[in-house]
Amino acid sequence: MTAPLIAYATYLPRHRLAGADIRLRRGDRVVASYDEDSTTMAVAAAARALDGHPPPTNVYFATSSPAYLDKTNATAIHAALGLPNASFATDLCGTGRSGFAAWRAAAATGGVALTADVRVGRPGSADERLGGDGAAALLFGDGPAIADVLATTSHTAEFLDRWRSPGSITGEQWEERFGAERYAALIRAAVDQILDETGLAEVDHVVVACPNGGIVKRVGTLVKALKSTRTSLIGYSGVADAGIALASVLDVAEPDETILVVSAFDGCDAVLLRTTTQLPLARQSTPVSLQRQQGMVVPHLTYLSWHGLVELEPPRRPEPDRPAAPPAARAEKWKFGFTGTRCRQCGFVHLPPARVCRRCGTTDEMDALPVAGLRGVIATHTVDHLAYSPSPPMLQAVVDVDGGGRCTIEVTDAEPERLRVGAKVGFTFRRLFTAGGVHDYFWKAHLLDTGSENDGKPRDQ
Amino acid sequence: MASRGINDRVAVVGMGCTRFGERWDSSTEDLILEAFAECIGSTPNIAKADIDAYWLGTLGSGQSGLTLSRALSTDDKPVTRVENYCATGSEAFRNACYGVAAGAYDVVMAMGVEKLKDSGFSGLMRADPPSDGTAPELSMTAPAAFSLLDPAYCAKHGVHPDEMRAAMTHVAWKNHDNGSRNPKAQFRSPVSRETIDNAVKVAGRLGVFDCSGVSDGAACALIVPAERALEYTDTPMYVKGLSLVAGSTRGAMDPEFDFTTFPEVVKAARDAYAQAGIDDPSAQLSLAEVHDCFTPTEIILMEDLGFSEAGNGWKDVLSGDFDADGRLPINPDGGLKSFGHPVGASGLRMLYEAWLQFRGDAGDRQLSDPHTALTHNLGGRPGGCVSFVSVVGRELG
Repeated sequence: MTAPLIAYATYLPRHRLAGADIRLRRGDRVVASYDEDSTTMAVAAAARALDGHPPPTNVYFATSSPAYLDKTNATAIHAALGLPNASFATDLCGTGRSGFAAWRAAAATGGVALTADVRVGRPGSADERLGGDGAAALLFGDGPAIADVLATTSHTAEFLDRWRSPGSITGEQWEERFGAERYAALIRAAVDQILDETGLAEVDHVVVACPNGGIVKRVGTLVKALKSTRTSLIGYSGVADAGIALASVLDVAEPDETILVVSAFDGCDAVLLRTTTQLPLARQSTPVSLQRQQGMVVPHLTYLSWHGLVELEPPRRPEPDRPAAPPAARAEKWKFGFTGTRCRQCGFVHLPPARVCRRCGTTDEMDALPVAGLRGVIATHTVDHLAYSPSPPMLQAVVDVDGGGRCTIEVTDAEPERLRVGAKVGFTFRRLFTAGGVHDYFWKAHLLDTGSENDGKPRDQ
Repeated sequence: MASRGINDRVAVVGMGCTRFGERWDSSTEDLILEAFAECIGSTPNIAKADIDAYWLGTLGSGQSGLTLSRALSTDDKPVTRVENYCATGSEAFRNACYGVAAGAYDVVMAMGVEKLKDSGFSGLMRADPPSDGTAPELSMTAPAAFSLLDPAYCAKHGVHPDEMRAAMTHVAWKNHDNGSRNPKAQFRSPVSRETIDNAVKVAGRLGVFDCSGVSDGAACALIVPAERALEYTDTPMYVKGLSLVAGSTRGAMDPEFDFTTFPEVVKAARDAYAQAGIDDPSAQLSLAEVHDCFTPTEIILMEDLGFSEAGNGWKDVLSGDFDADGRLPINPDGGLKSFGHPVGASGLRMLYEAWLQFRGDAGDRQLSDPHTALTHNLGGRPGGCVSFVSVVGRELG
């Protein structure tokens, strides 16, 4: 690894499974909504990490729950972030280790490593209980470093701990104690090696990511740290596990501290970081711990229906048509980038873009106007119990965008009773529905908190 | 407005309308034949062979003029199929009138038909071209789109949601009450305010009784030059004004649009009133058939059509101004609400009520000496719609 870490961010979805529903003794389980997937969560994390930085020339997207195969998912992320076409975007798909591969690539070439996963377990399983959905973004490159990479090491081993058939959303695990023994040995070897190479006797912080619950339980005795030893605080989150755990350290670490990241997936990768004086100035705006606290409970049955584990009676409406490729390609800036146009003559904003100004009639004199990062106000709203939705009812609002422009748009992550005229919203990239195997990606509005210490900020930021 | 008036240039000399409702045993063809038979049967001096041209309005129950020519076997006469959302029936009528007014034809027929109940789904089906999957109207249903009016109206005019709810309920109650006196209506039982209030919610605060009936049906009209009308009937209905506005959909993008009015309706009404010489609609009209697709729509239409001051529509509704015995009866036949809304037929169904009222054939719901009527038909949704307004009268001049 060569380039330093210059920014990081995480995205945790807002929905929670209540502990009582899944035999969890304490707390709850972080779950992606029906309209979220690894792609949309990566967009949310990336937008936070890239805020204030020049667009990266390389996007490495890792997931073990890809929305598509054969088609690159990083291109949708690239488009949603409005990145220039003359840049690289690729997927690293399949296993938890793909996440570390994305880090290595981003650190080697400069760029952003995006890791996101939706972890689904069979009802009643440990995966359902102890997993978590989320995303993390690490930006490496030129700029003030928040952490320098001191050393890396990797060990590889072939053994059967976790596996999943292609096409299945739930996975399997061998007897946990077998994998735990293998992983413990691999972790010890990697840690010893990296400490030897750097001449350090001990480190300030240790981060451990591992798909084996037995390792996570004994992590405090396995690798010693002076100040903290952490795992992902949403539970096992697949490809995003190490990034979410690392972010929770970066949220609090002091300058000039060492962080040893141990990422043990079918082997063990380790990277040693040293924080800089820039870190306290460049932490993500809402720490992982706060993102973890905020949430809204989704009924277990509803959650299961999101993943096809039960089928609920739909409204008596036809399923939508799949989005068509040529119109979607023509509308890329709108559909993926949420970019409208503003009339050069009269300033009228068009969402979606229009060639002839709706107000003054001028033709083809428009400037692009990205609105994804803007906020808006609800002009009027409704709850549509009849509309086809993967999770009825559908919430919709007419939103007036700050600085001009209006669109009618779905509202997500909100209880219907929270909709009101005048409520403030932000925008979030989501999957509206899937038809004919094609995901209909577009933007939705989400309510912003008011009257709290996060006043004006999205609830999940 | 740029319409050249059509006042007293054409007349309706025959009409037909099927019973609206769940016509499980009737096909589109059957409905067309049923409306046609009543119409032609009531006009002894016109046979099918005398009809020079046809306009067929249907949203989705058939394509092209062949849907009509096949059903009626029209001897190679021209048939134009038109579609303009929920104003489709009115659009067929409007174009047929112009065919006569232009001097191109002596006798024409406008037919509207819709067979909605065969789909097995609730509400309207859409046949949209392939798209990028982002347009809200692809997913948002019609009741949801019109339910947007309710919170916006309350916010703008300072109306308490309970008062607005009461006004919406009154619209539904009135139109069901009117429909109970209409043997052709889909719903022919009065409905209590309590039932309306407690109905299952469809979208926003709209319950099932706030929504028009999804139904099958057909309606048609025979149109001739006004000066020849008396050759065919002693009681022709003269066309005084016709207007259509297709909005730019600016409201959907314009924060200045407040979802408490349909600018397209205001403009269409202004145009039709100018053609018909109407400057005080409440005083000059005997009745109005308006597009009560959802209850808040009717409240706002009272303002947009000039029957109520802006912000007062809800009060006038609650005062009974638009009841069958009020100052201006609105939807005496039950409206879309209880007569039902077979899309392509609805605009012609509205004219059918004026036709019956002028002739004294409206049975239990007959108004006293009606002479001038307005029909209003709307397609699309708040923020972007097509709006049709006609004024028809019993007398020439």
